[in-house]
Amino acid sequence: MSTASVSLPNWITYGLIPVLNLVIAFLISGLVVWFIGESPLDALNLLLQGALGSGEGIGFTLYYATSFIFTGLSVAVAIHAGLFNIGSEGQAYVGGLGCALAALTLDRYVPWYVTMPFAVVGSAIFGALWALIPAWLQAKRGSHVVITTIMFNFIASAMMNFILVHVLIVPGKMAPETRTFLEGGQLPKLDWLMGIFGSTIGAAPLNVSFLIALVMCFLVWVLVWRTKLGYEMRTLGLSPTAAVYAGIPYARTVIIAMLISGGLAGMMALNPVMGSSARLQVEFVLGAGFVGIAVSLMGRNHPVGIILAAILFGILYQGGDALSFDMPNITRDMIVVIQGLVILFAGALEYMFRPAMVRVYQKFART
Amino acid sequence: MEYYDLLISILGSTIRLSIPLIFTALAGLFSERAGIFDIGLEGKMLASAFAAACVASVSGSAWAGLGAGIVTSVAFGLLHGFTSITNRGNQIVSGVAINFLTAGLTIVLGQAWFGQGGRTPTLPAEARFASITLPGADAIRNVPFIGPLYANVISGNNILTYLAFLTVPISWWILYRTRFGLRLRAVGENPGAVDTAGISVEWLRYRSLIVAGILCGFSGTYLAIAQSASFINNMSAGKGYIALAALIFAKWKPVPVMFTCLLFGFLDAFANFMQGKAVPGIGEVPVQIFQALPYILTCILLAGFIGVAKPPKAGGVPYTKER
Repeated sequence: MSTASVSLPNWITYGLIPVLNLVIAFLISGLVVWFIGESPLDALNLLLQGALGSGEGIGFTLYYATSFIFTGLSVAVAIHAGLFNIGSEGQAYVGGLGCALAALTLDRYVPWYVTMPFAVVGSAIFGALWALIPAWLQAKRGSHVVITTIMFNFIASAMMNFILVHVLIVPGKMAPETRTFLEGGQLPKLDWLMGIFGSTIGAAPLNVSFLIALVMCFLVWVLVWRTKLGYEMRTLGLSPTAAVYAGIPYARTVIIAMLISGGLAGMMALNPVMGSSARLQVEFVLGAGFVGIAVSLMGRNHPVGIILAAILFGILYQGGDALSFDMPNITRDMIVVIQGLVILFAGALEYMFRPAMVRVYQKFART
Repeated sequence: MEYYDLLISILGSTIRLSIPLIFTALAGLFSERAGIFDIGLEGKMLASAFAAACVASVSGSAWAGLGAGIVTSVAFGLLHGFTSITNRGNQIVSGVAINFLTAGLTIVLGQAWFGQGGRTPTLPAEARFASITLPGADAIRNVPFIGPLYANVISGNNILTYLAFLTVPISWWILYRTRFGLRLRAVGENPGAVDTAGISVEWLRYRSLIVAGILCGFSGTYLAIAQSASFINNMSAGKGYIALAALIFAKWKPVPVMFTCLLFGFLDAFANFMQGKAVPGIGEVPVQIFQALPYILTCILLAGFIGVAKPPKAGGVPYTKER
């Protein structure tokens, strides 16, 4: 009997196997650290201290996590519809344009809470528009969404560089970035949130977009598991042929799913653009779109899992910064290695331990 | 005559910029024709560039560098095979993981070993692939038109360049005129039929990934120790993805792959040349347009507006022998 068809209890499928994959990924990361002559335990200690040891550290961790929640949700929504959206990076980058245009237009007239809804909608619309062409190509012309979204990441990068260098640049300045937003275009920091725990946020840029991210998690949960559209998307993801037989319009569902995915990716821009640097800069996404792939895979495409995975990656990013400061031998790029290993084991090799698990489980279930 | 010299210099850099694309796109050709999507081309290229530069700088031999580049790239190819063939994991996720792993590892290891911010030490001339002067190049240099073309574009490249152009007909011959090639193409279209004929789908796909690894090894080595004299952070800089675009644009066929890579190389060379220059009547053309053009062209092709790009049928689907 093939081991693939044996059903395992949920706590093994959704709990034990992902944790096991994660542990393997971290063990190998530890080996890399050991290989370049540093102590993995010291490194882990520094990493956790840097990420969680102070209010400021936690603030930074949650700031990074905010971006990853948005991109993680973006990837997850597409995956539920059977689409692998590698384009969150580019969609977030273009989303930044929508966000910045709202802030640049409104910041001198109204307070931030009036600007915010426009920025949310603006970033979502720009991100969604950037996903529209790949979505249309997949739905109507049958070109693979993975390939087209990769292409669109590069096109986005070229286009945004052009806009920042030639259009939005402040005249007389060298750096290709927009002017700094006034207070009406900045999202306030969440000092009070850390205040509840008797801690201070320090210089950490944790801001209101963290709360928007949590709201989006809830909305995505409602969309995917509690609406007709979500049901149609999931059916399409499980079996496109069955979905078409059941009368679910393929093209429409694909396009809507990609628009939502692109919109969520675009909203990621709120966090760095309006929440942290208060201006639109070149390459501000810094790979968060790709981290979203790892976050979504690790969180099993469920909003709760995505929050947990995003916080884990937030710890890695903030802790990694602290680590590279204290151990100059370990560069910040160690995070990229860990990320790669997490994607490898939690994503590509997710079923590696399944046959062994099935054998062990059957042995125990029989006795 | 002045314009002709310009053309010669652009053609020269077109060749130099196309070589890594040709090797990498041919690598993708072998693996995708066997039904394995290869997003990890970028990573394999980067890893082999790093390995080649490290070994060449330690051993002082360009050939040892090439060997290391190939071994490293094949190793990542086998990892891709382990996840996507043996464990039937998602090929795209596996490729993305390889790109991340190599992007991080090359910097982390480079910093730990050489302490130059991820760079490797600059290589001496004997540890690089030097340019070869073809016979008669100097003699006819002053002949109008043919002279500069032969002396500066066709002659004066390094051995890997000539090898790249040789690899194109060899790849064609392997894919279309050998039993291995026939089976390899079949396994990308209908693995069930190949399996029924008693041929191992898994081993065939592994072999295609090994060939792809060898070719990526050449392209990475070219970047690090033929084109430049050291490994630099993120040296492949998206060339793996451009090669992927070229492969699609060429509709998964070897000879069109070469011409597409030359076209994309030309766009790149032309963009470098046009930087900061004004076109009469139009003004300065933004360099970003040239940067985006390969991707835009590929998307237009994928949309079916200039012919249809049909990928191998079984691409991206792991083969399960029995259900």
